[in-house]
Amino acid sequence: MNDWYMLTLVGEDRPGIVAAVTQALYEQGMTLGEASMLRLGGNFTVMIMVGGAEDAGQIRQALAGVVERFGLRMHVDPMAGGLHQHLAPNVLVRVVGADRAGIVAQVTGRLAAAGMNILDLDSDVAGTAEQPIYVMQIAGISETPLEQLEEALQDLTQSGVDVTIEPVETLVG
Amino acid sequence: MAVLEILKAPDPRLRQPASEVTTFDDELRAFVDDLEETRLHGPGAVGIAAPQVDRLQRVVIVDCSHTRKPVPNHGHLVLINPEITEWEGHEIGREGCLSVPDYTGNVFRASRIRLTAQDLEGRHQEFDMEGYEARAVQHEIDHLDGLLFLDRVVSRRTDLFQRKTYRKAGEPAG
Ligand SMILES: [Zn+2]
Repeated sequence: MNDWYMLTLVGEDRPGIVAAVTQALYEQGMTLGEASMLRLGGNFTVMIMVGGAEDAGQIRQALAGVVERFGLRMHVDPMAGGLHQHLAPNVLVRVVGADRAGIVAQVTGRLAAAGMNILDLDSDVAGTAEQPIYVMQIAGISETPLEQLEEALQDLTQSGVDVTIEPVETLVG
Repeated sequence: MAVLEILKAPDPRLRQPASEVTTFDDELRAFVDDLEETRLHGPGAVGIAAPQVDRLQRVVIVDCSHTRKPVPNHGHLVLINPEITEWEGHEIGREGCLSVPDYTGNVFRASRIRLTAQDLEGRHQEFDMEGYEARAVQHEIDHLDGLLFLDRVVSRRTDLFQRKTYRKAGEPAG
């Protein structure tokens, strides 16, 4: 059981999907690795590392009933890598501002150019339909001093977007 | 001096409450030396608690004087029978644990605490702590009560929505 598959399921959010999916995998003797379920735009989305399968087809077969019952779309890929490969971020970037096109590309582009490796990005639109507020959190690893990251984002700050950058010091005890 | 074995979750011994120290003798001091050597042996731990090395006594070591960015701290502390008497505010921070390899998560802790403890001679002490050092002490005292940071981890989405104030870079955590 050293090969992992990346299972992606997307669909309308309804109660019981995760339970049905994991039960079906369990019944076929498959195991779960890391998983992340999120509601995006009211939709159910989940990505799960699945182990213990002969091939991708076996996973699709195991989930065929659940996929049909809940009206999900399914994607299964063999994947490189595995468990125990966590990286701890050392920088957290927060972006808050009026929603406008291109903001993610501008922020991430500047961060990449400044040498930051993004591990985790969470972006959302808060506020109301008339007055949307854009909220984004980016955690990553950067050897570049924070001051230089700040400098790289400075012109965005001047254009009405609030950007804060702070170090993340993981406490081990 | 010796490097002691660190118990790893889900070892049930990490889940037991530790008892108070009543005897302040050479044996205790020798143990604290070993505990310190064990703390320094691993990768960059700012604290360690006696139950992590299978000694169910209320003894912890905390040292926040060597962080990447300097933080307010009281230097190297051996805290016997530590007790938090006051809490104030709360903030989120990222934690890991010598007893939980290869996992880190976000945890809410009190921003400021008042702490009483005894030193290795049994003398009573009091500290006002904030931020990172206060977090370290709360993490270690949890070990004395059979708790792990895993019991308090919140999802990153929780972090996003619960943090209501957006600080400018450079301002103190709070
Ligand atoms: Zn710990």
